[in-house]
Amino acid sequence: MKFGVVVFPGSNCDEDMIYTLRHVMGQKVVKLWHKDTDLQGVDFVVLPGGFSYGDYLRAGAIARFSPIMQEVIRHAKRGGYVMGICNGFQILTESGLLEGALLRNLNQRYICKNVYIKPATQNTILTAGLSQKKAYKIPIAHGEGRFYAPKDMLKSIRDNDQILFQYCDAQGKVSEEANPNGSLLNIAGICNKERNVFGMMPHPERAADELLKNTDGRAFFESILEHVAV
Amino acid sequence: MATQTEDKLLNIALQLGLLEEEYHRIVEILGRKPNFTELSCYAAMWSEHCSYKNSIVWLKKLPKDSPRMLAKAGEENAGLVDIGGGWAVSFKIESHNHPSAIEPYQGAATGVGGINRDVFSMGARPIAQLNSLRFGDISTPKTQRLLRGVVKGIGDYGNAFGIPTVGGEIFFDKCYQTNPLVNAFSAGVVRTDRVAKAIAKGKGNPVYIFGSATGRDGIHGASFASKEITKDSEKDLPAVQVGDPFMEKLLLEATLEAIATGHVIGVQDMGAAGVICSTAEMSARGESGMDIHLDKVPTRQEGMQPFEILISESQERMLMVVKKGKEKEIEKIFDKWDVAYAKIGEVTDSKELRFFMKGDVVAKMPAESLVLGGGAPVYYREYKEPAYFQEYKKFHISQVKEPRNLKKVARFLLQQPNIASKRWVYEQYDSMVGTANQSTNAPSDAAVVAVKETDKSIVITVDCNSRYVHADPEQGTAIAVAEAARNIVCSGGEPIAITNCLNFGNPYNPEVYWQFVHAILGMKKACERFETPVTGGNVSFYNQSEEGPVFPTPTIGMLGLLENRAWQMTLDFKKAGDLIYLIGSPKNCISSSEYLYAYHGVEASPAPFFHLDEEWEVQQVIKQLIRAGLLRSAHDVSDGGLFVTLAESAMPRGLGFRIRTDKRFRRDAYLFGESQSRVVVSVKPTHQKKFEKFMEGKGVEYRLIGEVIKEHFIVDKDKWMEVHEAQELYEGALPRYMEQG
Repeated sequence: MKFGVVVFPGSNCDEDMIYTLRHVMGQKVVKLWHKDTDLQGVDFVVLPGGFSYGDYLRAGAIARFSPIMQEVIRHAKRGGYVMGICNGFQILTESGLLEGALLRNLNQRYICKNVYIKPATQNTILTAGLSQKKAYKIPIAHGEGRFYAPKDMLKSIRDNDQILFQYCDAQGKVSEEANPNGSLLNIAGICNKERNVFGMMPHPERAADELLKNTDGRAFFESILEHVAV
Repeated sequence: MATQTEDKLLNIALQLGLLEEEYHRIVEILGRKPNFTELSCYAAMWSEHCSYKNSIVWLKKLPKDSPRMLAKAGEENAGLVDIGGGWAVSFKIESHNHPSAIEPYQGAATGVGGINRDVFSMGARPIAQLNSLRFGDISTPKTQRLLRGVVKGIGDYGNAFGIPTVGGEIFFDKCYQTNPLVNAFSAGVVRTDRVAKAIAKGKGNPVYIFGSATGRDGIHGASFASKEITKDSEKDLPAVQVGDPFMEKLLLEATLEAIATGHVIGVQDMGAAGVICSTAEMSARGESGMDIHLDKVPTRQEGMQPFEILISESQERMLMVVKKGKEKEIEKIFDKWDVAYAKIGEVTDSKELRFFMKGDVVAKMPAESLVLGGGAPVYYREYKEPAYFQEYKKFHISQVKEPRNLKKVARFLLQQPNIASKRWVYEQYDSMVGTANQSTNAPSDAAVVAVKETDKSIVITVDCNSRYVHADPEQGTAIAVAEAARNIVCSGGEPIAITNCLNFGNPYNPEVYWQFVHAILGMKKACERFETPVTGGNVSFYNQSEEGPVFPTPTIGMLGLLENRAWQMTLDFKKAGDLIYLIGSPKNCISSSEYLYAYHGVEASPAPFFHLDEEWEVQQVIKQLIRAGLLRSAHDVSDGGLFVTLAESAMPRGLGFRIRTDKRFRRDAYLFGESQSRVVVSVKPTHQKKFEKFMEGKGVEYRLIGEVIKEHFIVDKDKWMEVHEAQELYEGALPRYMEQG
């Protein structure tokens, strides 16, 4: 399996993602430069966290116009796998590969902390290998992570089993208190209808290395590797 | 006629902040009268902020040497320490106090930007940041506004730049009401063969400016930083710069990539005093000169005057000297990162800086005459012991009656802003980007950050209890160094070097200067004992307003090394049943404690008990205990005393403790006093014998004071509170102020 991690100017979780994929998961990884138009034959594209192009207009709003994104969009439309973490998730909603939008956190502040999330579906390569009962401790770090979608869209996301993760407490209970940013339905991540494009605000790559004493994030990458059919 | 012009020029010099004697010195150096552009250059370069003219004679007394030191204080943009294996750590702390007082968001943001540029202009990639903040009364809207702005400024800049903020300190006292302190620390790593120098040499080598365009922001910023805050300070708003973290991130990548080519002779960031500072300092270090064409500098506004281009402090700019013939390779890197650049001149062998505008010379000065260690003035200031110093020493514990209800004191202390959890602040900082912060899930007294390229980690902390320093500058500063070292040792590290940020009032006030001198003496003494040389830092004078000077605040940023990651130690109790020991000697001392100051309202008392040798012994024992694998946790006793230390160890895992006080001491002193050199450790019951045997004959007092239990805090058989109550008090205090209304 060959991963490609896109590097936008302002990406700052690109190296962390590469480190996790390469050194923790032992995978082949290439960097995909934002000005390039060649995906170098990768099977799985990752849009990392950060502040692409400074996020000056709106998080992810400029990155969608970059040359590499046109290729990523084609790759996704062909059924290729794409995963966006944090700013990557914002770019996916901005570029229309995922529905909904990520608004400013309800408390109007940037939040960085460990939170708990649990899978809401088993029916994707990202979640198939996860325990449906476990609350996974994964960090968040964002100012604009409040998932929002108009009523009808939200209903369709739900009806089509597109909710990947929900914020919950340490015991796995999905509650308002466990919702760090005000996301509708405690949504922490969704996929598209075709189930090949994934977006999530929490950072599993920040919870994969034993050195950091939290390896809950590893299961997400293991699930992908186990269930992908390339 | 001639005398009139002379008077006029002198007047301008005085308006720019120069002294009359300094004006005459400039005339002497140049052998003629300076023009306005040159005067502006000297005024900026000889300002306190750039020249250290009122502090350098004392700074020179600080220890600078150790076998690990690759760059000594003042030689480069930041200190450089060898950590072995072909890697070095570059680290520094700097103040951005005055800008933050006027415009907290941009003031703090640009402080973060500036300190990181100092680090990466050495060729080092920053891996961790800390900050040390001081504000006035948190119950006032003014302080809440400043705190909100400063925290958001640090967060927005650091988060986007992508370097984790892994720790810091915040202290509130009314002396900082008008003049808050914002000190930012950054540490980066660099291969020892990839270190960049801040030097210009080699005749004909091209000089590049790259990064943001130069604007009128930050004109006279260095001079602004060199005077007191007054009612009129808001008029200095244009002296505050505006930050762009996205540009900083691009600059970082472009700079490191350029340095890696081996074609860079020297590079320096544009900080205080902008182009004039970087051209002068780099030239002086290389005993070179430069010809610079100011009209080639990209500017934001049209019609900028030469003096404006020279002293503008627009952020996110760098100056680089490149090997002649390698221009294309370097320009390709700037293009790759979409960083604007311009070749603005070249290095000469004349030792003279010549600035041109459309071909005409507009300023001509010997490079060395402008800089610290060269022509910049050096002053010996007079100092005088302030009257309060002896007054404070008269305090005795017997003057304060022990309260009957100590439980109430405990509850009071847990929610003091100086003691309570700073979660409201630190959750606004990305503390985990880089996946190297080993403290996120393993809390310790200092932050532990992996140097991923090696099998080692750095252990970093910023410390200064300025109330102690005010009470006794020499003791208080020695305590700040000792506490930083203790925090590192309790985290498993070995202290190796410090950087300092010396925040004081007006140096022309002999009593303020006395505080400064004695702080230096205390720092010297402690740094020599801990073998932690001073690698550099920054002096910030004039931190005072109409209400008087702030507490003398010599913030210590200390770098430690975790040679073996298995030695990493945490502060949280692990399991009910573990034994709790107090290592170090308790004292009947409540001096300068949060308890005495906030609960009893007694401001006049000396620094808490501290003895350097005793401290050193305690730290050696802790280090050995950790390496012998005998400790489950270690947490030093500091603000709030033993009780707060125990509570902080118990709360992370929702545990409790049962302890006995010691009849030799007043209970309030034992529980809430802040005498130094004490550490609370927890030990597995199965290790009790081994632990006690180990401690025998070490010459360090230790005592089994109790055990870890479930949920209750029990003192002398009295149930004081449950852990969840403590958590509510401790976690709730800051949000109560910051989220009211």
